Amino acid sequence: MEIGPIWRAMLKNKAGFVLIALQIAVTMTIMVNAFAIMQERSNKAGRESGLDEANTFAFASALFADYEYEQRQALIDADLALLRGLPGVRNAVASNSFPLRQGGWSQGLQLQPGNAGTDAVGTAIYFVDEHGADTFAATIIDGKNFAPNQVSWKVEDDNTWPAYGIMTEALAKEMFPDETGSVVGKIVYIDENDPVNIIGVIDRLQAPWQGWSGVERSLLVPQRRTSEFQRYIVRTEPGYRDELMPQVEELLSKSNTDRIIRDMTTMDQVRKLAYLGDTAMVKILSFVVILLTIITGLGIVGLASFNVSRRTRQIGIRRALGATKPAIVRYFMVENFIVSSIGLVAGGILSIALNIAMVEAFALEPLAWYVIPLAMIALWIVGQAAVAGPAKRASNITPAIATRSI
Amino acid sequence: MFRYYLKLGVLSIRANPALSALMVAAIAIGIGACMSIVTVRHVMSGNPVAHKNDVLFHVQLDNWNPDSPYEEPNEPPEQMTYLDATALHQAGRAFRQTISFKSDRVVQPDGDDARPFQEEVRATTSDFFAMFDVPFQYGGGWDAAADQTEERVVVLSSEMNERLFGGEDSVGRMMTMNKEPYRVAGVLAEWMPMPKYYDLNNNPYEGPEDIYAPFSLAVTGQWGSAGNNSCWKPLDGGTFEDYLASECIWMQMWVELSDASERSTYLQFLDDYVEQQKALGRFPRDLNNRLSTPAEWMVNREVVDDEVNVLLSLAVLFLLVCLLNTIGLLLAKVMRRTSDISLRRALGASKSALFAQYIVEAGMIGVAGGLAGIGMTWLGLRGLENVFSEYDFIAYLMKMDWSMVMLAVALAIVSALGAALYPTWRACSVSPATTLRIQ
Repeated sequence: MEIGPIWRAMLKNKAGFVLIALQIAVTMTIMVNAFAIMQERSNKAGRESGLDEANTFAFASALFADYEYEQRQALIDADLALLRGLPGVRNAVASNSFPLRQGGWSQGLQLQPGNAGTDAVGTAIYFVDEHGADTFAATIIDGKNFAPNQVSWKVEDDNTWPAYGIMTEALAKEMFPDETGSVVGKIVYIDENDPVNIIGVIDRLQAPWQGWSGVERSLLVPQRRTSEFQRYIVRTEPGYRDELMPQVEELLSKSNTDRIIRDMTTMDQVRKLAYLGDTAMVKILSFVVILLTIITGLGIVGLASFNVSRRTRQIGIRRALGATKPAIVRYFMVENFIVSSIGLVAGGILSIALNIAMVEAFALEPLAWYVIPLAMIALWIVGQAAVAGPAKRASNITPAIATRSI
Repeated sequence: MFRYYLKLGVLSIRANPALSALMVAAIAIGIGACMSIVTVRHVMSGNPVAHKNDVLFHVQLDNWNPDSPYEEPNEPPEQMTYLDATALHQAGRAFRQTISFKSDRVVQPDGDDARPFQEEVRATTSDFFAMFDVPFQYGGGWDAAADQTEERVVVLSSEMNERLFGGEDSVGRMMTMNKEPYRVAGVLAEWMPMPKYYDLNNNPYEGPEDIYAPFSLAVTGQWGSAGNNSCWKPLDGGTFEDYLASECIWMQMWVELSDASERSTYLQFLDDYVEQQKALGRFPRDLNNRLSTPAEWMVNREVVDDEVNVLLSLAVLFLLVCLLNTIGLLLAKVMRRTSDISLRRALGASKSALFAQYIVEAGMIGVAGGLAGIGMTWLGLRGLENVFSEYDFIAYLMKMDWSMVMLAVALAIVSALGAALYPTWRACSVSPATTLRIQ
């Protein structure tokens, strides 16, 4: 290969090649970091909430008349009886929130009673009855579900917590990291002093806040609350969701006109909204990377075309002296390969530097090592493809050019 | 001479249409990427009360847990307890003071067919409107007396007035919320502070509430908060009175001082108040009270998402790539014309004449790129709007104002001239007649 002469020829026009190498380096830096962010975001948006999302919907009932405690109880009971009796409904529950909703109730759990300061483990609280686990599609992997007699109505003016709880496996691991056996039967304390017996462990039920680091930590609490604002979560048999939603809205709106039914939404919509920022970031960055690759590719085409037309006479002379067409093509390809390689090595270093800075400044995850060689290969291919056209044109220059003066 | 250079520039640009188009496009796309993000950031970090920034203050008291701060490192809670908010409001030591929180009410429009709907209502005190320069279309806020007398009045946004009363002057008319009647005291004109600085909890960009009602009325009516609520200490009991008497934080307090120099006086008053409360067994932490201007408060609450800063840093690099691209192409163009330049130098053209000629040519590409860049920015904003279309407030964030348009053009010209410097310098340093000899 004629790397020696090509390299020496390049040294004659350093500035042009330095510029293109720099452009490739910065392109790679953006590409690698954008890819690292895209990967992090799509992993995050792909996490399971634990719900049977395709067959679950939720809505709220807001009471705006002055109802007595017993009247409110009766309304909630009637609503749930109606929902659970509908054909196509698998189960339904009234709760304070649900995964991905972005608003909910959190509380600290501790192993010892009293003011433990910062030692408490934060968890999401879902107030449910014995239908909660099934509606949330949570599998009880240890212990058992609430018995109906363990579920109680919250008594007004009484802030004590129920004595039972079911926690997610992730919460159990966080609270009892060294426990190898079952955590069922253990006691944790909530709101500083109220004991909670763990009677069951479920596989997975995310907290309502997808951006929280403790998103897998949830506690089911067997308490029914009579507040004016109730959230109902309905799990349907497969395929019944879309026909049930308008039906439920109609039935409940009519069954009591002292309240309004609002926020009727499928879990698919809830998920879309919860991860909108992440999916949008992935879309924006993919667009940026594609655009950038096109610009850099076109830049290489433009520069190579210039070089070809500037060297028309020299190429003609080489052809006249016996260089074959493939030899001319190879010249430009090798030249581009050398520039790309220099740019990509610099790009690798810049990519890592920018990633370290971004991890520091914006608490992003560090990039996976294999992204760097992947980006290098991609940009090598882009460079070679971009230079192919002008190189082909160069090889078509006739040797006769050498005999003409410009 | 300038016109002659312009003509030369046009000729040169037309001689290489594809290449010139590529340069213009590269600048335009780079500017577009950069300016879309800068515009979003500009709106997000805007200060809707910049003209009052030195006299408006957000008030924070540190009533938190003795063992752990509200937020590291030793940040006081972002909201206030009912006890402290009402006590400070009652004291009335500032020129104006506002305490408020967000709640939910069900509005029942007149007419049998009209379906009731739930709305966010801001429960606040009478100074709110004057303090935040809220513009009125009809009527006005309630007077200070209504803060005590629990008068059943409301102020509506123009949107809500449109919905309930068809947009007419509804001052004095009645409306129903949660089966209770309210008299309309005033209707706001268009008002969309971005971000909603007076309450940055939940979503700072969702825009202000559509209904305002007296704070005292909301408290007696036991309206719950629809915003954030945090407690560090168990409540004494489960009644609303226990909640009001608790250390739970759920209200926002702002004061307007008559003069910026009053800041330290008011802070001293807060410290005295807390000392007095300490004597009663509250406020277990060290004195940590704070006054923040709207600008300080928005920085403290990080209203500009990290997301935007990540995108901004990538966009700046993107512009850099586009500029490197342009420099490379301009340089190549110059190098190809070395013999021309050489000849002109040999015939007596001065370096400065050449410099002027090439910089004019590059400037033309810059202006063209800048103008196209404004279009690209607009496209970029529409693209972002589309990607985030599920957010109903998104259109308010994607607005370009004149300052952004000017910035786009300026950035494009500076970029293009910056990009042209090196190639132009190379052109000027071609020595006369050298290249002629080779040919």
